[in-house]
Amino acid sequence: MAEIIRIKKGLDIPLSGKPSSEVKADNKTTLFAICPDDFPGPVWKAVVKPGDSVAAGDPLLKDKAYGKILLVSPVSGTVTEVKRGERRHIDYISIIKQQDDSNAENRPKASSPEQIRQAMLESGLWAMMRQRPYDIVPDPEVAPRDIFVTSFDSAPLAPEMLDAENTKWLEKGLRALAKLTTGKVFLGVKAGSSISSQAATVYEFEGPHPAGNVGTQIAAIKPVNKGETVWTLDAVTAAKIGKLCEEGKLDFSVSVALTGPLVKNPHIVSTFAGAALSGLLDGQLKSDSDIRIISGNVLTGIKTSKDGFLHYPYRQITVIQEGNHADEFMGWASVSPMKYSVKRSFPAFLRGLSKPFDFDARIKGGHRAMILSGEYDKVFPFDIYPEYLLKAIIAGDIDRMEKLGIYEVAPEDFALPEFVDTSKIELQKIVREGLDNLRKELS
Amino acid sequence: MKGLKKKIDSVKPQFEKGGKFEKLHSVFDGFYTFLFTPNETSGSGVHIHDSNDSKRTMIMVVIALLPCCLFGMWNVGLQHALAIGDTDHSLLHLFFYGFWAVLPQILTAYIVGLGIEFVVAQIRGHEIQEGFLVSGILIPMICPVETPCWMLAVAVAFAVIFAKEVFGGTGYNFLNVALVTRAFLFFAYPSQMSGDHVFVSLGESAAVDGFSGATPLGQLASSAGQAEVLGVTGSPLSLADMFLGLYPGSWGETSTLCILIGLAILLATGIASWRIIVSGVVGALLMSVLANNFATPLYPVTYLSPVEQLCLGGFAFAIVFMATDPVTACRTNIGKYIYGFLIGAIAIIIRCYNTGYPEGAMLAVLLMNCFAPLIDYCVVNANINRRLKRTIVKN
Repeated sequence: MAEIIRIKKGLDIPLSGKPSSEVKADNKTTLFAICPDDFPGPVWKAVVKPGDSVAAGDPLLKDKAYGKILLVSPVSGTVTEVKRGERRHIDYISIIKQQDDSNAENRPKASSPEQIRQAMLESGLWAMMRQRPYDIVPDPEVAPRDIFVTSFDSAPLAPEMLDAENTKWLEKGLRALAKLTTGKVFLGVKAGSSISSQAATVYEFEGPHPAGNVGTQIAAIKPVNKGETVWTLDAVTAAKIGKLCEEGKLDFSVSVALTGPLVKNPHIVSTFAGAALSGLLDGQLKSDSDIRIISGNVLTGIKTSKDGFLHYPYRQITVIQEGNHADEFMGWASVSPMKYSVKRSFPAFLRGLSKPFDFDARIKGGHRAMILSGEYDKVFPFDIYPEYLLKAIIAGDIDRMEKLGIYEVAPEDFALPEFVDTSKIELQKIVREGLDNLRKELS
Repeated sequence: MKGLKKKIDSVKPQFEKGGKFEKLHSVFDGFYTFLFTPNETSGSGVHIHDSNDSKRTMIMVVIALLPCCLFGMWNVGLQHALAIGDTDHSLLHLFFYGFWAVLPQILTAYIVGLGIEFVVAQIRGHEIQEGFLVSGILIPMICPVETPCWMLAVAVAFAVIFAKEVFGGTGYNFLNVALVTRAFLFFAYPSQMSGDHVFVSLGESAAVDGFSGATPLGQLASSAGQAEVLGVTGSPLSLADMFLGLYPGSWGETSTLCILIGLAILLATGIASWRIIVSGVVGALLMSVLANNFATPLYPVTYLSPVEQLCLGGFAFAIVFMATDPVTACRTNIGKYIYGFLIGAIAIIIRCYNTGYPEGAMLAVLLMNCFAPLIDYCVVNANINRRLKRTIVKN
């Protein structure tokens, strides 16, 4: 029996638009893109140019430092655009799909640690892992103390992470991962789940979001100390690693949940990584104006548009009202039962705080200094004082950041504190900048 | 509302940089965001936010203060009627006497305090912050009803500038602004701030025979030996009178009942920390029991029972509304227990054993404001050591 860990601090935000389990296949989408910003850490260099034809699994980008970590094309077709932003920064590389063979097969099977590493680096699956500290794509030169895999997503409206196909391959993936560390592979599963593993140590997690975040699981199982590195990934990536190593098949298919209050029939679509959103969302939205399309969930997702693409982790799209024309009169005095607050300072709690609410993207207030105390702690299940850590980051005090536990956290761990924050401070941005500065200073 | 919004939007450019009223930008912005919740949507990080903001938070505190405030006005009228022998005790008559008596103070506090906030916000290019909405009503409530408005104005200006703005404004001050105002009045104008006449508004009329306008704690502090606590007319105060607040004092803080109503609102909305309040009451009760066990005529306040200690004076008000000010209190949960406990204990110690100060709650909170960062420092350091130990054990 796996040990059960109860997460008490956290919050399940009752956003409306939960997806049904109905799965529809997406046959329309032909445009796909890989956005290097989804894979923070390395500086990415394009290895293709527009007009090149690529097969699924062929490299599009490689990292500048080692030239070993690749980002690969999810489909076979022609590179249409290498979109660059300021200072020649690559925003995305798009590919138009021409053949129907998005399962790159016949790659070498891998069984020794070195082969597995190589297979992961070359298949783009390496870039789908993260390391702590810094929450970046793992440095291939550093061996991890342990590897943490989460098998469920507890974020608002997140779908089930594993489908039947991936569940089948998970154990193989865990076995491969176990060869890459002298420590252990830990698998976090939802309480009551039937997933078990021989290769990994399984812990069951019970409680509200962020119970499914791998950061929460690390903090509960074995926190990261200074000088240590751990790898984190989700079970889908682990399953794909399993399939790759065992059968030499690289699988780019993904199940994406269309969710949120503005989606007509929230359901699941099966497509390929990096799909253009225009086809996925065609005819699915309740409204076309004043909307915010998020690739991902409402806490950590990336704001995009109908012309945008599916971003890593290729799991969910959420559509909510933008709300920037709401012009709410004296909102601070509102007695509307539809305004959600964990504070009970709005009468919504009389309606029931677990009933679904239609959130919009407004920050619903002004930016202030930190005023209320203890707000963050209530939704932050770490043995860390988030307020003090944030202050150390803002002050740029590296010594204090280290002491207060910066090596243990990732920006996503601060998503819920940011949601409940009365002072509307951009906490995830602060943490991201803090981690980047720390890495720059210490490298 | 759309019409109003359009109208305001049409004059908005004049208040922006380069506009005719550029210097009033912060003021305009303050009123604008007061009328219309900003339409700003999230630019980074989370895409949705909790509806609670700092305006709502401050308004909830003001609402929590209302029972005390309204009762206080009525009680000013009642004490006045008792003091001059007026037999008309109708609710509205008493209330409106008190209302007119304290209105100038409330206006003074708000005009001076918000005026300074507006100017500073403009100079710094900030939005106007709402902190003073609460301080502005708290300040008159913890002052005697007869405090001259000019003194109040000086004290408010001192507190807002030197206790808050020099540190960066709301969220950065380390001392509670309302209490600094009160302390300034107490120490700068000691003779006008104590004694028989400041706590009861007599108006133009003469007092009845046997009148005593001193607060219960004031009476005890100046008495020799065990004394009875008397009301304004010279009749003894019952415990019920103390609980309901039917005695002279700083006008907003006498009624423990109304404070409990305010407390319920603060706790229900999760704005005040129950940790501070619980440990504060425990600290005060323990100290009162101790003091009461060793009661001595040298320190007459020690004869008060623990329950009387909680009901009289400004203690209940201070622990509910002052000690829980999140900016000046401890910010860690463990720290809050220590902070609250020490406020409770020190308030009673000052009250009992320093006859120079009839009330200790204000000084206890200010003192602990100073120590709050130190307590937090120790709590956070314990966390740091725990983290360090983890690495050492491993090696």
